[in-house]
Amino acid sequence: MDKIELNILKEIAGLHKIPEGAYNIRVNGQAEARNSSANVEIVQKTDKPGIDIIIKPNTKNESVHIPVILSKSGITESVYNDFYIGENADVVIVAGCGIHNCGTEVSRHDGIHAFHVGKNAKILYVEKHYGEGTGESNNVMNPTTEITLEEGAHMEMQTTQIKGIASTVRVTKATAGAGATLLVRENIMTHGNQFAETDFTVDLNGEGASADIVSRSVAKENSRQNFLSRMNGNAPCHGHTECDAILMDNAVVSAIPELTAANVDAELVHEAAIGKIAGEQLTKLMTLGLTEKEAEEVIVSGFLK
Amino acid sequence: MLELKNITYEVTENGVTKRILDNVSLTVDGHFTAITGPNGGGKSTLAKIIAGIITPTSGQIILDGVDITGLNVTERAKAGIGFAFQQPVRFKGVTVHDLISLAKGKPLTTADACKYLSEVGLCARDYVSREVNASLSGGELKRIEIATVLARGVKLSVFDEPEAGIDLWSFQSLIAVFERMSREIQGHILIISHQERILSIADKIVVIAEGKLTGVGTNEEMLPHLLKSSSCPTLTEKMN
Repeated sequence: MDKIELNILKEIAGLHKIPEGAYNIRVNGQAEARNSSANVEIVQKTDKPGIDIIIKPNTKNESVHIPVILSKSGITESVYNDFYIGENADVVIVAGCGIHNCGTEVSRHDGIHAFHVGKNAKILYVEKHYGEGTGESNNVMNPTTEITLEEGAHMEMQTTQIKGIASTVRVTKATAGAGATLLVRENIMTHGNQFAETDFTVDLNGEGASADIVSRSVAKENSRQNFLSRMNGNAPCHGHTECDAILMDNAVVSAIPELTAANVDAELVHEAAIGKIAGEQLTKLMTLGLTEKEAEEVIVSGFLK
Repeated sequence: MLELKNITYEVTENGVTKRILDNVSLTVDGHFTAITGPNGGGKSTLAKIIAGIITPTSGQIILDGVDITGLNVTERAKAGIGFAFQQPVRFKGVTVHDLISLAKGKPLTTADACKYLSEVGLCARDYVSREVNASLSGGELKRIEIATVLARGVKLSVFDEPEAGIDLWSFQSLIAVFERMSREIQGHILIISHQERILSIADKIVVIAEGKLTGVGTNEEMLPHLLKSSSCPTLTEKMN
């Protein structure tokens, strides 16, 4: 990997070098490096681009890194990654895509990730999207995440897009069995003429299933964001979705919640708040000696932390 | 050190002009000055005018001989004015540690933050990583607010009704904080308060009512008069 690619690796995966344990690093449409471990097997798909990640039951305290880097302008790809997480496993999966686009062509990565989380397994899935380069106005990412949580499974998904992606439509679909829990924390910041849409569908199908989806976003300049969340309570369950957005300049944010309860013991809640930075927050920080601009930066970076 | 000259503040609502402060002149030169008076009398407005949050309709504000009337909030903070809000502001994602570091103007270690948090009766270990949001109680927020002003260590610290909106237990320890502060703090304290125990540790008491300055004196001069005028006749009779 060259310097640019190593820098992107640091941005999206927090990695300074090739990680330990299982990993698959994809650079410009090719597998750059791959390693399976005793408990985590990574296999190339034969029918389409992508990999299968198979984690053995009872695997504990292991991590899997699968970063994707596009450093050549004009690459368009769809990649299918399937994760099979065995019963009682407890693992961390770090994905992420970084585009360095110094050309004038569209660079586009569509990652289609399917998670099959076995009984009582626990995973933390961290996904970071990042773009840079003079051609960043042509960077496109459309991730799709499909999640199946079996009985008692637990998944936490942390997804972040702070910089450099001109257009994104991120679709997440999840079904949760009895006692399964899904936690989603999404942070998005858009500026310029960027567009970001988030589209969640969660089916809470088993007794005691729960989901908590919290999206925090900042929309600056002329950017646009849509937040859609559909939550269906088909059993006694708890569901909560929240969209909290800071609006600046001429940006536009829409929050469109849809809750359907099909069981008398389904409890579903949606909260949405869109507005500018509270004036009193700016004033408080200014009384500490910060300028208005510095205060704004502190508030935004704290909000998206 | 701080001089307010003929401060007047008017607001116009629905075509009607109301005078909130009427030609108030005041010198803050002592170590611990308290402003008291009835609710709605203009005390908090005066505190906000000192911090630069509100611009007076007319009048001058002089800090150590320099006219600061035209300075904005940031410039006044840099000139040495600290301000503790009556209702502390909440922030999503900003931690107690972040806020105290910002107040100090440099990144602090937990041990450094502990110095200020322990002053207000909070254990740094339990609080530094907490967000300054609705998960904290009114009393906790109030103490953190005071800690941010302590961390600044400026020449004039203004506290707008630190006792407002906190429970009785927090109130007792808050009084102790101000008693200690009056003994130990460098610089001048200006506090807006209704509380007898806070007024009794002030060297100077200023009364503002209906937008006007109606009394100034030492606490020995002012307290007996204030307590007499504010007590309920029936209660006084029964207690005697």
